[in-house]
Amino acid sequence: MTAAANTLRHPAVRNRLTTRQLPKRAGLYTLIGAFILAAAVQGLTGFNWFGLLAFTCMFYLPAIYLLSLVKENRRRAMDRLIRALVTVAFGLALAPLISTLWTVVSKGLGILNWEFISTTGGAARINPDTLELVSSSGALQAIVGTLQITGLATLFSVPIGLLAAIYLVEYAQPAFWLRRTVNFLVDVMTGIPSIVAGLFAFSLFTLLLGPKAFSGLSAAVALSVLMIPTVVRACEEMLRLVPADLREASYALGVTKYVTIVRIVIPTAIAGIATGVTLAIARVIGETAPIFMAASFTDSFNANPLSGPMQTLPVMAYTGYKFPGQDIDLSNNQAWGAALLLVLLVIVLNLVARIIAMIFAPKTSR
Amino acid sequence: MSKSNGVGKSISVGKSISVKDLNVYYGGFLAVHDVSIDIAPRSVTAFIGPSGCGKSTLLRTLNRMHEVLPGAHVTGEVLVDGDDLYGAGVDPVTVRRQIGMVFQRPNPFPTMSIKENVLAGVRLNNRRISRSAADELVETSLHSANLWNEVKDRLDKPGQGLSGGQQQRLCIARAIAVEPQVLLMDEPCSALDPISTLAVEDLINELKDSYTVVIVTHNMQQAARVSDKTAFFNIAGTGKPGKLIEYAQTATIFNNPAQKSTEDYVSGRFG
Repeated sequence: MTAAANTLRHPAVRNRLTTRQLPKRAGLYTLIGAFILAAAVQGLTGFNWFGLLAFTCMFYLPAIYLLSLVKENRRRAMDRLIRALVTVAFGLALAPLISTLWTVVSKGLGILNWEFISTTGGAARINPDTLELVSSSGALQAIVGTLQITGLATLFSVPIGLLAAIYLVEYAQPAFWLRRTVNFLVDVMTGIPSIVAGLFAFSLFTLLLGPKAFSGLSAAVALSVLMIPTVVRACEEMLRLVPADLREASYALGVTKYVTIVRIVIPTAIAGIATGVTLAIARVIGETAPIFMAASFTDSFNANPLSGPMQTLPVMAYTGYKFPGQDIDLSNNQAWGAALLLVLLVIVLNLVARIIAMIFAPKTSR
Repeated sequence: MSKSNGVGKSISVGKSISVKDLNVYYGGFLAVHDVSIDIAPRSVTAFIGPSGCGKSTLLRTLNRMHEVLPGAHVTGEVLVDGDDLYGAGVDPVTVRRQIGMVFQRPNPFPTMSIKENVLAGVRLNNRRISRSAADELVETSLHSANLWNEVKDRLDKPGQGLSGGQQQRLCIARAIAVEPQVLLMDEPCSALDPISTLAVEDLINELKDSYTVVIVTHNMQQAARVSDKTAFFNIAGTGKPGKLIEYAQTATIFNNPAQKSTEDYVSGRFG
C-alpha cells in the first residue's frame, strides 16, 4: 500500500506505460508561432483580419501535425490535427453569427434611443407651424404592430397546437388514420414556405372582405399557419417525454384521464412546452414576407389589428431599405434600428424561455 | 381486529378477490390463459413465475390497469367481494379507487412535494379535505409506510429528492392514502437495496391487517417471507399463453409442491 503510494509520488522507476509526449504547452507555442508567421506574411501582403486568421490556421495545422508526428506518434498527431480542424469549423460556424450581430448592433445603436421607441415616424411630415418637412425616426407603429400580430398569432396557435399535441399523444391510437393524417399534415406544414402562408391569409381575407383587406389579424392568421405545426411538434415531444409510469401511477389512484393530463402530465412537461412555445414565437416574430403580404406596410400608427395596414419591425427593416422615404439616410438608419430592436426582442424571448424552463423544471434537489 | 399499524381510523377492511376463467388478450394475442384463483381478504398472496408468464398482466387486470395499453381486453370474471370488475357499466376509475397499485419502479410525481404526493390521490379526485385532516392523513399514511420519521422535517421538499427505497415507500403511502380495499404490488422491491426491501416487507406484513395484498415478485425468498399463499405461473414457451400451474399455501408451494414444474422453479432447477 505505502509502496504503491510512494511510486505514485516519486516515479523513480520508469513507467512502462508512458509514451513520448510533446511538452505541455507545445500546442499553445505552436499557435503563437503560427500567428507571428501569419502576421509577418500579412506585413508583406497588406493587413486584414480574415487573412491573418486564415494564415494562422494554414501554418498551425501542418506544423502541429508534423511536430506531433515526429515527437509523439501517428494517433496523437491525427488527434491534434482533427482537434484543430474541429475548432476551426466551430469558429467558421460562429463567424457569420458574430459578424451579423456586430453589424446590426453597430449600425442600429446610433438610432436606438427613447424617441425611436416612443414616437411614430417614417415618412416626412409637414410641420404646420413652420411648413417645413420634418422627419421623425420613430418606430412605435412597428413595435406595436409586431407585438400585436405576434401576440394574436400566439393566442391562436398555442391552444390549437397544445390541444392537437394532447390528442396525438394521449388520445389517438397509434395506427388510427386521423392521427397519421394529422402527423403527416404537421410534417408538411412545418416545411411550408412562409410566403405561401402569407398568400393564404391574404387571399382568405380578400375573399371574405373584398380587395385591399390588409389587417394585422390577417397577418396573425398567416403567422399562425407557420406557428401551429412548430407548437404541435414541440408540445408533442415534451408530452412524450413524460414517463408512462406517472400516468399509470395517477390512474392507479383512481384519477380520471382528464385530470391526469391536466394535473400530472402537463405540469411535468410545462417547462419544455413553455420553452417550445417561446422559441416558436421567436421564429415567427422575424417573418417578413407573410406580414408584408397580409398586413402591407405603413408609416402611420395603427393599433387596431382588425382593419388597415400595420407595420412590423421586420417589414420596417425591409421597407426602410427597399422603399426609402424622402430622407434616404434616415430610412436606412431606421431599417437598422428596427433590425436591432428585433434582435433584442428575440434575445429577450430566449431569455424568457430559459427563465420559464428554470422556474417550472421539476424539482429534484434534496 | 387489532389496529397496530397506525392507520388509526382507517375504514379499510380488505376485500376478497375471486378470479373465474380469466383470459387476457393483447389484441389477438392470448397472454394469460384460463386462470381461476380465490384470494382471501386481509391476506398476502404472492405471484411467482418466470418472466413473461403473465403474472404482472394478471395483476394489472385486477384493477383494470391493463386497459392503459391499447388493444388489451379480457374474458371471464373478476369478483371483488362479489362485484364483477368487468360487468357492464363498471367504470375503471371507480375500480381503481378501491384497488390501489404500487409499481416496479418508484414513480413519485416530480412536480409535487412529499406531502403533495401523499395527498395526490385525494386532491386529484377533487375531494375536499380540510387542512388539519390533510395533515393527519399525510402523517398516518407516511407512518403506515414506515417513512414518517425519515421525512417529517422535509414534507415540502420534492418527492424525487428521496432515495429509491424512500421513494418506493412514498409511493406506497400515496397508494394507501386513498384507503383502497386491495393493494396490488408489481415487483415493488426489484429496484431496491436489501435494507429498503426489508422495510417494504415489514410494511407488507403490517398492511395485511387492513388490506388484501397481492404481490408479484421474482424473489422467491421474498414470496416465502411475506405471503400467506403463493401462486406459481408458467409458460410452455415463447408466444404461448401464461397459465396458473399451482396455487396453495406458501409453505406447501415451497416445501411440498404438487407439480413437478413448481418444484423445479422454487428449487432453482428451472427448465
